[in-house]
Amino acid sequence: MSQVSIRIPTPLRSLTGGAADVSVDADTVGAALQAVEAQHEGLKGRLLTAEGELRGFVNVFLGDDDIRTLDGLGTAVADGASISVLPAVAGGR
Amino acid sequence: MSPQPTKTLETVRAEVARTVFEDVLPRAAAGFPNEVCGLLLGEKGEAGWRIEHATQGGNLVVDRQHDRYQLDPAHYLDADRRARELGLDIVGVWHTHPDHPPIPSSTDREHAWAGFTYWIVPTTQQGASDGRWWILEGDGFVEIEAIQTPEQRP
Repeated sequence: MSQVSIRIPTPLRSLTGGAADVSVDADTVGAALQAVEAQHEGLKGRLLTAEGELRGFVNVFLGDDDIRTLDGLGTAVADGASISVLPAVAGGR
Repeated sequence: MSPQPTKTLETVRAEVARTVFEDVLPRAAAGFPNEVCGLLLGEKGEAGWRIEHATQGGNLVVDRQHDRYQLDPAHYLDADRRARELGLDIVGVWHTHPDHPPIPSSTDREHAWAGFTYWIVPTTQQGASDGRWWILEGDGFVEIEAIQTPEQRP
């Protein structure tokens, strides 16, 4: 298991007691997002569907890379890796 | 999309550094007739939002930039790192409404996040104007007052 940090975006920090970063032990990005629920109930549901897929309004990066360009939620994480959860920002007139 | 009904929330407001307007409005005007977008860096407290900096990110929409925007997520990541260096957070979003009032559309509502403030800047061939500020309350947007502050805090 690797210890990884997850950067929480401002709109979701109400679910982490205001914490901007959460540390979890996991081997993949998906496992890390699942593990965060043990510390902050309700957060996983904002990131993943009931089927465990990444929600469309959320982007997840491992370091500088969008995990959709890697192996998705199955992307392996090394010890000390940094995962960023980013809200999709979109709209139009 | 037709604008949603509007109301105003008087209990919170946005205090916005004058330099933010000076940064954003020329960029907004230059982007006409397309929608342009960016992020607002600052702090959010009980009294509202304090905006110190604005960024501009790429609009990833390919076929209809005149009425849709999708901010490049890589820009969000960069802006978050910059915010951390400044001791700030990403607390809002700005985007333009070309030839359209600065009122959130149903598309804006569909993609909105509670906790952010949304600054909509109307643009025309003649330029950009100050626009209006909104936050998500329950199922809809409410307008908040924006106060220009003369200088950024140190």
